[in-house]
Amino acid sequence: MSALPPATRPQGAHQLAEGLFATFSDFVEELRAAGVPVSTTEVLDATAALRQIPLEDRQALKMGLAATLVKQYSHWPAFETLFDLYFSLRAEAMATSASPGEGPGAADGEELSASQLAELAYRALMEGDPQLMAALARAAVSRFAGMEPGRSVGGTYYVFKTLRQLGTDPMLARLVASAGERGGLEGRLQEQEYRRHLEQLRSEVQAEVRRRLLAERGPQALARSLRRPLPEDMDFMHLSKEELAALQRSVQPLARKLAVHLARKRRRRRGGRLDFRATMRRSLSSGGVPAEPRFKAPHRSKPELWVLADVSGSVAAFARFTLQLVYALSSQFSRTRTWVFIDGIDEVTDMLKQAGDVGEAVQQIGSRADVVWAEGHSDYGHALVDFLGRWASELRPRATVLVLGDARNNYHAAHPWAIAELAHRARQVWWLNPEPRSYWDTGDSVLAQYGAHCTGVVECRNLRQLRHFIESLP
Amino acid sequence: MPAPLPVPGDRFPSPGWVNDSLRSVGYLADEGIASVVFLADKLSKPVLVEGPAGTGKTQLAKSVAEMSGARLIRLQCYEGLDESKALYEWNYKKQLLRIQAEQVTQQGETWEQLEEDIFSEPFLLARPLLEAIRATEPVVLLIDEVDRVEVETEALLLEVLSDYQVSVPEMGTVKATQIPLVFLTSNNTRELSEALKRRCLFLHLGYPSLEREREIVLAKVPGIHQDLADQVVRVVKLVRSLELKKPPSVSETLDWARALVLLGAQRLDTDRVQGTLHVLLKYSSDIERAAQEVAAASS
Repeated sequence: MSALPPATRPQGAHQLAEGLFATFSDFVEELRAAGVPVSTTEVLDATAALRQIPLEDRQALKMGLAATLVKQYSHWPAFETLFDLYFSLRAEAMATSASPGEGPGAADGEELSASQLAELAYRALMEGDPQLMAALARAAVSRFAGMEPGRSVGGTYYVFKTLRQLGTDPMLARLVASAGERGGLEGRLQEQEYRRHLEQLRSEVQAEVRRRLLAERGPQALARSLRRPLPEDMDFMHLSKEELAALQRSVQPLARKLAVHLARKRRRRRGGRLDFRATMRRSLSSGGVPAEPRFKAPHRSKPELWVLADVSGSVAAFARFTLQLVYALSSQFSRTRTWVFIDGIDEVTDMLKQAGDVGEAVQQIGSRADVVWAEGHSDYGHALVDFLGRWASELRPRATVLVLGDARNNYHAAHPWAIAELAHRARQVWWLNPEPRSYWDTGDSVLAQYGAHCTGVVECRNLRQLRHFIESLP
Repeated sequence: MPAPLPVPGDRFPSPGWVNDSLRSVGYLADEGIASVVFLADKLSKPVLVEGPAGTGKTQLAKSVAEMSGARLIRLQCYEGLDESKALYEWNYKKQLLRIQAEQVTQQGETWEQLEEDIFSEPFLLARPLLEAIRATEPVVLLIDEVDRVEVETEALLLEVLSDYQVSVPEMGTVKATQIPLVFLTSNNTRELSEALKRRCLFLHLGYPSLEREREIVLAKVPGIHQDLADQVVRVVKLVRSLELKKPPSVSETLDWARALVLLGAQRLDTDRVQGTLHVLLKYSSDIERAAQEVAAASS
């Protein structure tokens, strides 16, 4: 409640049930705690929406709150998890506990044997009947999850355990194999269907586990256990494959933003052709005498960008992200050139241009780029000097150079003069480091030596920082 | 007969009603879409519709206009769109003519009279934003592909959308007689400013669920058999799960389904799918990948 300004309450609450408003305030607070930016205006809008929406319509309620509070699609999963905790699951839990007798789940879980449950699971995967799945999830969680009260967990392990004991994975394998035998398109589609059913079953089980945890611990505590960083806060160094794929969608707009920022500078200068139409229009205020000539905006000159990316093992996850970014950049800037390095350095501009998609580009670079000079451990000094010798003469004074890496040099000679030389030739040189600031210049990191010659050194551990860097570009 | 002007916040009785009305004009919405449209009217806020190309963002605005009997005013955004194309412009050719006519006829008007004359209604070219604000009949304003304009133009839109008024220095401020329903669409090629997002209700239109897409195919492709429609949407779903340059949109699903009907297909098999994938996908690398995928089970 403390997160809401006092003005919200009298304005929004008078027509809302007290309980709903309290839930809503807690919900917003939790949403903010998860990192979703929710402004006061948006809270007011959501309160107004709550008054207009038929509350018994869960879906309308969900969409109403989402439309007013969540303005970025990548925040949707965080919203959905919290909405379920605060509105859907809780309402259902209340409904269940209000019904006479024991909860239905507890009862039929005891009656069915493990083999009966497995048989039900098999049928559920075959048919995908939602009611069967819900009932099965209740029974299976009672029997298999072994939930221990009083532990502050999010329930992922319970879900895993339940499905494991039900034996859904081998079941799916059998079903897929039988679909494969049938062959042809229908077999392939059938396989997809089974996988979808398993996914449904998993989310039913997850909902059931959460429902029980919710009854025990309340939404706030559970929300805290379930909290995950938003996509823009995920650390580049520790991205899983799935997370990396999820970030990919956000990279394209960022690349474009970078293009716009680098290009804008030049557009401000005057010097386009005479805009006759605008001049005539302007001349009317001086009685038809074209006293003040107007000019067309000059053509946007294409910004030139040179990217040097460390692809060594110590920044492997970051390097994969980097290549995604560079790939997106090369579609935005026709004049992007890219080099990758470990202790040797190689230009990969053409590989990126020819690759059909990011995955292919990464693979191509992995197998074809010649980046190992001596031993395959990072040697910034050698790579930079090599770079300077082979390509620096092509560097034009209006180019921007981005160096992406952790500056961990394995105690080789750093040769910081190479960066100084680059900085001298280019418009600006930025160093983006995926390591936390506190690690800089510890151990074999020689960032300070390079940083002294750069336009700036920026900590770049997640999308949010990358976006901030791009927006702050002069 | 002029339709009575809708009172803002009173156009639609309920989300369910919106859903039904949209269906009656051939737009198969879901509950989510309907409730956001309903709220847009109730809260008098623009709707920012975001999502991949070809999922019916523009069509939504058109259908809302059609179902509420309103005129659709469309502002197509592009790089370099400016005030004189979005808001208003003085018709300077006409103004010049007027001045010259004055010189020829020597009517002896004073300069003040003349000035008042050439900066008046008949010489004003109202562009979509001003037009929507001045409209006296019900209108739906569609600002299409807003992610294409520059940040500066976005600020201009923001100004208009927050006050629903436009100030024309020579004439004064034009206030909206009604608050129009506004839809902005975006393909998310650029991140929109926080300020604009804050002003709007946000609606993400993704690819529809299997059931809804089947319904769309059945409704939009005459003469298609239920089984074929079912197979079509399942194959499309399979194809969308691959990593493609351009996953098939709903409109491409429809194109493909129409093509299959024209070809007289009753059922799909691997060969038939592989032979017609080029209708569904636009890149040869995508086509190859999808062709492999639909054949995967048989190998």
